Formats: sequence, structure tokens, C-alpha cells
Amino acid sequence: MLRGRDVLTALDLSREDFEEIFAAADEVIARGRSQLNLMRGKIMATAFFEPSTRTRLSFQTAMMRLGGEVIDLGEVEKSSIAKGENLSDTVRMLDAYSDVIVIRHRLEGAAKLAAEVAENPVINAGDGSRNHPTQAMIDLYAIRRFRGGIDGLTIGVMGDLKYGRATNSLIMALTKFEVEKIYLISPPQLKLRQETRELLADSGVEFEEVENLEKVISELDVLYASRIQKERFPDPSEYELVKGSYVITPENLRNAKEDLVILHPLPRVDEIDFRVDSLPCAKYFEQAKLGVPVRMALLKLILGG
Amino acid sequence: MRSGKEPILRKIKDGTIIDHIPAGQALNLLRLMAITGREGFTLALVMNVESRKLGRKDIIKVEGLELKPEDTDKIALIAPMATINVVRNYEVVEKRKAVPPKVVEGALKCRNPNCITNKPNEPIKSKFRTISYNPPKLVCEYCGHVMTHEDIVKQLLSEA
Repeated sequence: MLRGRDVLTALDLSREDFEEIFAAADEVIARGRSQLNLMRGKIMATAFFEPSTRTRLSFQTAMMRLGGEVIDLGEVEKSSIAKGENLSDTVRMLDAYSDVIVIRHRLEGAAKLAAEVAENPVINAGDGSRNHPTQAMIDLYAIRRFRGGIDGLTIGVMGDLKYGRATNSLIMALTKFEVEKIYLISPPQLKLRQETRELLADSGVEFEEVENLEKVISELDVLYASRIQKERFPDPSEYELVKGSYVITPENLRNAKEDLVILHPLPRVDEIDFRVDSLPCAKYFEQAKLGVPVRMALLKLILGG
Repeated sequence: MRSGKEPILRKIKDGTIIDHIPAGQALNLLRLMAITGREGFTLALVMNVESRKLGRKDIIKVEGLELKPEDTDKIALIAPMATINVVRNYEVVEKRKAVPPKVVEGALKCRNPNCITNKPNEPIKSKFRTISYNPPKLVCEYCGHVMTHEDIVKQLLSEA
């Protein structure tokens, strides 16, 4: 049961929680745009201390489509934070105004602190480099939708596995399912952190770290790509050296399974060649469209609409 | 020369004996307890002696100093599973095992500079959950960063 709960990390969610969200998202999609006014009279506060377009807008759209209302902290530079107000006090204020707080912050654990301060539920819309649980919900829902299920699949997660909160959250979420194998595809500099590796090992999921996509592409049912950020490399020439190995092109998909599904949390820069967009395996734009229904489902379950 | 049966350390009248200290940690423990040797306590210390349980171990005996129960947690983080014996009039009146606490609150600082607990001006205390007891390994409840035994020892001693 998700009612009244905080959503801080994918690790807090059980398989049943995920399935509850998936079922609710199915229902949302089946109803189309005509949603009941389930959230009438409810207010969601969005507090994004770090820039975001997609996540903020999709949360706001989700709440509006459910008939609820939205207040937004606005740009941090123009808000009370610029005057030196701390996070706890800001959250306390938002908590008094709203029924649920959606927060994004640069610092890890900021959402947990917010949840300790707030009486109403807090949803983590990304903090630090580990947690982005609602993105993981969308990603798993996309896998389920495009592949008919999650169990038994071989999934490649590629890109920045060290600092990427989308990739880290997806990996955490996958430990709740019975996947066949996870391939972790990244340059050595951006390999999984020890903590996450131990988590995977403890969960009993089979996984393997590889540096080359082409080596494993023929085995994959799902390929989850993510952005490799140039600024993660101390030496720009090192980045130039590795980036080519992590770009998806029609050429390196030659040996892929026919029913491969490629996902990406977006925005992409150059890690997926534009020529891939028209291939049947390219599902990332459809995946992005699931952001609103999944977040509608989550708000509905948490607020009990 | 010492015969096999003679105890390596003499009995103490009143004080504390810390036994089963992981070999090599006794000096760290003294530093943590802020014992410099200049306090005037009669102090005995042996390191790397044979132990049935541990293979090798260290022992500390301090005459005239009784460790308080609240000292146990910190000792446990450096010397997990050490035995603390409180001695009064040559008798062990209390025996405590230094088991690392399940939750360590406020005593350590998270090493992740991006952890919210390191943000100044927030009413927040660090909080770690113990994920392994011997050697101790802690995970930050806020950011998930893992502190190894080495990290813990280094930090506790830098503050001692």
C-alpha cells in the first residue's frame, strides 16, 4: 500500500508496490485524457532546487490531469532560499501549504530530510547521484509495456553507472524482479560504485560488468542507454577516447535481437544516433510519454484518490 | 623468562581490562580513550599475543579508570567484539562485549561531501546503520555512502 507513504528511493519499494503502480498506470492510460477529478481540492508543491524540465512538467501535468492544483517554489535564485533560508524551513512552509511535496535537490539525502520535516508525503524527484525513484518506475513500466513483463529478461544498462541517478535507480529497482541477467556497460571510469555493486550481489541478481556494447548486444532484450557527461572526465581527451564506444548506431545494432527495446531517460546528447530513432527498437520517445500516466498513478495511490 | 602458565599481565585491583582487542588496535583504542600515559594511571598493554579465539589479540589494563557504559559504542567501532571487564577489588564486577551499535547517530561525519548531513545550517544529525559488525561497516541513512572500518578508525582518531 502506497497511501500516505514517502517515495525516497527505489529500494524502499517492493515488487508489490511497483505492480500496484503499474496496474494504476494501466488504468490511467485506459481512461484516456478524461480523468475523474480524483484530486480535486488537493495541492501538490514542486520544489526543484536543481534545474529540470521534464520531471517538473510531467509531475505538474499529472496533478492537473487528476484535477488537483499545483504550487511551485520557483527558481531558487528568486525564492527565500536566496535569502539564506535552509531546506528544512522551506519544506516546513511548503508542507503547510500543500498535500504532497515533490522535491529535487543537488545533495544526496535531501528528500529524506524533507520527509522527516514534512508531515505530508514527500516524493523524491531526484537527489544527488543515486536516487530518482519515479524515473525507475517509468523505466520499469516501459519495459513491462514494451516487453510484456520484466522477469526473465536480459537487460543492458549503459553509460554513466557511477553518477547517473537514473541508471542507479533502475538497477536498484531491477533487484526487486527476477531478471535473467544485467549487463553493466560503461567505461572503467564510470563503473558502478562499490555500494551498488554489493547491493546487486546481495540481491542475487546475475550481473556482469563489460566495457563494450558490441560484445553483448546479441544477448540483450532491453538496452537502457544514458548520457555520459563530459564533465565527469578529468581529462577531455579521455572522454573523446571512450565516447564512441557508447554510441548506439544502426551498425552496432546489427547483431541485436529482433525484438530488442532501446530505452533512454532523456535528454540525450549524442549517445543514440538519430538514424536509430526510426527503427522499431527505438522506444525512448514512447517511454518519455509514460512519465505523466505513471506519475498520475503514483499521486493517486499516495494521496488516495 | 616467563613460564607458560604465568599470566602475561598482573592482576589489577580497581580499573578496566579490555580484552580480545583485534591485533594491532590497542594503540588506536588508547588514543580514542584519550589515554596518553601522562594521566598517572598504571597501565599495561600487550599487543599481538596469541589468542584461541582471534589468533592474535591485544589487551589493555588500566588501573584506576572505570570505563562508562556510554564509552562502549565508540570502542566497539574500533575494536569490535572486544570484552570490557570492570574490576573492583580484584573481582570482575561487570563484563561488557563491545558490539557495534545498530545505529550510530551523531558520532561520525558522512564522508560524502554531497550528503545532506554535511550541509551547514540544517537541523540534521548524521545517522548510520551498521551493515556489518566485524569489522564494522556503516551505511549513511541519508545518502547511502558506506564507511569502512578504516574510514571509521581514521575519523574517530582524528577527533580524539
